[in-house]
Amino acid sequence: MLELKNIQTRYGKIQALKGISMHADPGEIICLIGANGAGKSTVLMTICGITPASRGDIFFKGKNVTHMAPEKIVSLGISQVPEGRRIFPYLTVMENLDMGTFLRKDTKQIKKDLDYVFHLFPILAQRRHQPGGTLSGGEQQMLAISRAIMSRPELLLLDEPSLGLAPMITRQIFDIIRKINQENRTTIVLAAQNANLALKLADRGYVMETGTITLTDTGKHLLANEAVKTAYLGI
Amino acid sequence: MNMPVLNEIKKSLIAAIWFMFLTFPIMVIKVNTITRTIDWRWKNMMYTGIGAFFLSAVWRYMLRRKEKNQNALEKEGLSIVQKILQVKTFSIPATVLLLIFAIVFPHLFSMHQTNIMISALIYVMLGLGLNIVVGLAGLLDLGYVAFFAVGAYAYALLNLHFGLGFWTVLPVGGFLGAVFGILLGYPVLRLRGDYLAIVTLGFGEIIRIILENWNEFSFGPAGIANIPKPELFGLDLSLSAKTIYLYYIIVLLVIFTVFVINRLTDSRIGRAWIALKDDEIACQAMGIDKAKTKLRAFALGATWAGMGGVVFAAKTAFINPASFTIWESVIILCTVVAGGMGSIVGVICGALLLILLPEYLRDFGQFRMITFGAVLVLMMVFRPGGMIENVRRTYQFKTGETNDIHS
Ligand SMILES: Nc1ncnc2c1ncn2[C@@H]1O[C@H](COP(=O)(O)OP(=O)(O)O)[C@@H](O)[C@H]1O
Ligand SMILES: [Mg+2]
Repeated sequence: MLELKNIQTRYGKIQALKGISMHADPGEIICLIGANGAGKSTVLMTICGITPASRGDIFFKGKNVTHMAPEKIVSLGISQVPEGRRIFPYLTVMENLDMGTFLRKDTKQIKKDLDYVFHLFPILAQRRHQPGGTLSGGEQQMLAISRAIMSRPELLLLDEPSLGLAPMITRQIFDIIRKINQENRTTIVLAAQNANLALKLADRGYVMETGTITLTDTGKHLLANEAVKTAYLGI
Repeated sequence: MNMPVLNEIKKSLIAAIWFMFLTFPIMVIKVNTITRTIDWRWKNMMYTGIGAFFLSAVWRYMLRRKEKNQNALEKEGLSIVQKILQVKTFSIPATVLLLIFAIVFPHLFSMHQTNIMISALIYVMLGLGLNIVVGLAGLLDLGYVAFFAVGAYAYALLNLHFGLGFWTVLPVGGFLGAVFGILLGYPVLRLRGDYLAIVTLGFGEIIRIILENWNEFSFGPAGIANIPKPELFGLDLSLSAKTIYLYYIIVLLVIFTVFVINRLTDSRIGRAWIALKDDEIACQAMGIDKAKTKLRAFALGATWAGMGGVVFAAKTAFINPASFTIWESVIILCTVVAGGMGSIVGVICGALLLILLPEYLRDFGQFRMITFGAVLVLMMVFRPGGMIENVRRTYQFKTGETNDIHS
């Protein structure tokens, strides 16, 4: 489904990724954990072409997408929920969702997907005419996820979906992520500092440190790993 | 007297004393070079003090009132004007009345007035066009007049060399405007804010300088004269009839502009502009092509300037580069900012007010730019959203209220 081969990405002189190789199979939930600044967000940004890789190759469904423009990559079926939600504050909930369908023209299917999203997050249906900026943090995250799945992605990239949310809402959101994964067989790559919940959810995980991958295993094994426990689970 | 008032008076007093001190050398001391004596004009100092105190007090009072108003507004949500615009029982009769007034206008008033109105309406069109670029897409364009010039010269030159008529050149002017919009837009795609403003300003000047110096092409500073007004089925119309005809054309064009821009704001592209202004990365994650979306804004904005230019050339019958200086860009920008960025009605009111007022206050004409500056500064302090704020912008983002639903 997705394969990164020795990816290097730079921000000017700073090399943020120093050779990342990873893959995701169809229907898998992959989790990236690592401290602040490890490069998790950069991996996701590189996959969807917003900060293109300087070296290495990215394959999606067998196609080399390394040097494609972001809009081309989105049209192939990759969608990202960026860190910090980044919903459009001046657009209403409906208009935000509509932006998610920017590249689609199948009006009928869009309507169905809209119903699906409102079924996942009924609160959004209630707030559909409210500007995004007036939603609470949790609702904004729900909106950001909904907006991303409105583009019908086969691969969904989630960057710190629990950032700054109350534990209860975080759990709710993780439940829905699992639901999206199971109901649509959407492949999910999730970046998280809150490693505990994320590793429970994930099939496999990658541990990142300053632009490299230091460890990879199944979610279960990583949860039990002593080094991971002390470094990222705070146990 | 309560404390805040006393406090404000104290502040105004300090401001007054400062002013008296600062202006002391020029206001009080007068050296008489013949008798070699100094006149001490203490009276002037008193006037300065009183004036400064008074102005400062008014200023503070206005600021206070604005704060109070804002609190009241937050409760209501929308201002009165916005409500009138949104409630159909008000907006429809108002529109009809306005239309009737627009239709009978040239028959009620003199040809001179009609001509002034034509210019004002051209500016309305320009304002609405620039509003796409600045108000919706958030790209500060200071060279907008260049597209206006392109339209005007397109009509003048195509008519001169090929005898093309107004109606043929009108869409051509719009198209050429769009082409030049893309031409300018392409190199500045990566620029933002101040840098964008400076480059676009340069572009506007380049076009004007080319027109001024390329004599074989544009006839230089001498300009082009005898540009015909539009024909009506080949009828032989008098000058006043032609003016009235042109007036109706520009009225229709303005209505057309409003219609198109209204549709644009409500379309995916319009929302993409608003979204792009707020968050480029989120837009890219949604698959919005940043470059294409911005270029569209430049092109669509410039189209109206191009068509406005054609009408302008037809109206004045004579054009030269002096009509397309940077000041025109500034004035158009002023109408957008003062009227209310992103708001169609706001921009229309802004353009009419800023163009018509100086026309009717002729003696005031030389202070036009100063007045514009003062108006803009005052606007930014007291009504940062413009005269008629765009409804989208008036939502108050309060987190406290909605947060407790979940947590
Ligand atoms: N826009 C940027 N410009 C320059 N450096 C950046 C930018 N974004 C991230 N970085 C740097 O890249 C590294 C990885 O950052 P990031 O991918 O955001 O990490 P994480 O998401 O794991 O916290 C950090 O050292 C960070 O300072
Ligand atoms: Mg991050």
